[in-house]
Amino acid sequence: MLTFVFVLIFNFFLFRIVQKDPIGSLFRGRNVPQETIDNLRTAFGLDEPLLTQFFYYVRETFQGNLGISYQSRQPVWDEIVAGIPETVALVGISAVLSALIGTVLGIIAAWRRNTWKDHSITSGTMLFYSMPDFWLGMLLLVAFAVVIPLFPVGGVVDAGSQATGIDRFLDQLHHIFLPALTLTLAYLGEYALIMRSSLLDVMGEDYLIVARAKGLRDRVVRRHHAVPNALLPVVTLTAINFGFVLSGAIAVEAVFSWPGLGKATADAIRGPDLPMLQGLFLLFSAAVIVFNFLADVTYGYLDPRVED
Amino acid sequence: MTTRLAMQRRRATTVRVWNQFRSSRQGMVGLAVLAVFVLLALTAPLLADVRELNPVFARSQGNPQWAPPSEFGPLGTDYIRRSVWAQFVWGSRVSLFVGLAATVLTIFIGSVVGIISGFVGGRLDAALMRLTEWFLVIPFLPLAIVLASILGRSVWNIIFVIGVTSWPSTARLVRAQVLTVKQRLFVDRARSLGAKGPHIVARHILPNVSGLILANATLAVPISILTETTLSFLGLGDPSSASWGKTLEEAFVNGAMIRNAWWYFLPAGLGILIVVLAFTLIGRTLEEIANPRLSSER
Repeated sequence: MLTFVFVLIFNFFLFRIVQKDPIGSLFRGRNVPQETIDNLRTAFGLDEPLLTQFFYYVRETFQGNLGISYQSRQPVWDEIVAGIPETVALVGISAVLSALIGTVLGIIAAWRRNTWKDHSITSGTMLFYSMPDFWLGMLLLVAFAVVIPLFPVGGVVDAGSQATGIDRFLDQLHHIFLPALTLTLAYLGEYALIMRSSLLDVMGEDYLIVARAKGLRDRVVRRHHAVPNALLPVVTLTAINFGFVLSGAIAVEAVFSWPGLGKATADAIRGPDLPMLQGLFLLFSAAVIVFNFLADVTYGYLDPRVED
Repeated sequence: MTTRLAMQRRRATTVRVWNQFRSSRQGMVGLAVLAVFVLLALTAPLLADVRELNPVFARSQGNPQWAPPSEFGPLGTDYIRRSVWAQFVWGSRVSLFVGLAATVLTIFIGSVVGIISGFVGGRLDAALMRLTEWFLVIPFLPLAIVLASILGRSVWNIIFVIGVTSWPSTARLVRAQVLTVKQRLFVDRARSLGAKGPHIVARHILPNVSGLILANATLAVPISILTETTLSFLGLGDPSSASWGKTLEEAFVNGAMIRNAWWYFLPAGLGILIVVLAFTLIGRTLEEIANPRLSSER
């Protein structure tokens, strides 16, 4: 909670430092009579002391008024809300897929430690983890949308498409495939690595020896004893990563022209559309804070050894 | 005043670490690859004419536009006739420099905060940890974007931004290590002999923490490089410097993908990938050496 207050303060003062004259930015280059400028200044409360301005800012923020975008002249709040579903869809799917696939790969790698399976999984994931995610996106785009035109080049539906219902849904799936693939590949490495470490830790524990002494088969030991206990860090990681869901795909969305929050951020940077950036930053931070909190709660719930 | 014995011991440790490093295949591969790229960056003037980066010069040379490697130079040309090879070679300098400089800043801030926090303890520790936590919660890329947008586009600003957003994890690691070391007997012994704070830090804490810091630094360089690349790609890089990230940005913005001008965006990305891998391999090897529990078991 306190963190969020810090974020608000930080956000406000940071942008105030830059925007010496917010009114001036609104009228870049155009000739406006001084009287109009003064009126606007009063209307925006800019002739009040800084602390009062800060109160206005906080109040407005909690009322959902985040200012007007420089580029689109629409309320920042509207622009942001419009982008949320696309980003949540893309990053949500990718997060789930990368968590599932990554975890499974991590299990295989740990259980078959030091075999070719382990080495190939570890190296492969390290490879994908070491490249810029948007570059991977560019490669996939060229390979599967330009050279072999299997997938569309961008957007969430075909331009000018009037399709509805199932057709529209299928079109959206068609469009989401490449960006989702990019994000999934880029991030499954993290899950694989953590699951592998965690499982290796668990594998040395006593209760596994007991299970084997009881005569249980390898696969049973793995599924019912080893993996569930090793999953704990992965679950925490997943919860935390969901917090980063909103901000996770900025560059990739830009590459695929995916109309979500990431692309909005990329566009706002080119302005620079400061009100948009301010609003987006606030949203991203809030999301992470909320999900970190949920992650803490979940961890405390799942692991009885942890005292609050 | 360092005694001869201490110096001998330090030299012995260095030799031991180096021998261990040498026996690790992944470490040596990483080091070799890195050496190649450092060499590339340093010998840039010999490998490619820097004037090729100037569009006016390129035009005056009569370079074709969007030429694939089969038509021009080792790596073809871009949308304003500049040699892609020149961009690759000269870009390595910027990317490596920013990556290393930003990491130095990160490690410096992180270590100082970590050591002070761990060693002094008490309220200062609590306050610093609060600050660290706050930074860790804020999503890293948006923060970097916000700072970079405000500060303006220059190489030094990028370095500053990366340093300022990355130090927290280093601080936490260093602090944990300092706490471990602090509990060991010889610190108490030194104290009972009358040693003061700074002396203890320099003579006892630092040597035991520096291994961890080095491993962490090596693993932090990839993050710095990738962050610089992403920031440049989004348009926040220095317009006058030609980092690999900037090359990718220009390629993207000017439609290199639609034209399938693979020679334009493939080399830069590949360069980043290889350099990052090299540092990761070296870092993992150093980690294994510093923490033997990690190696054979895993």
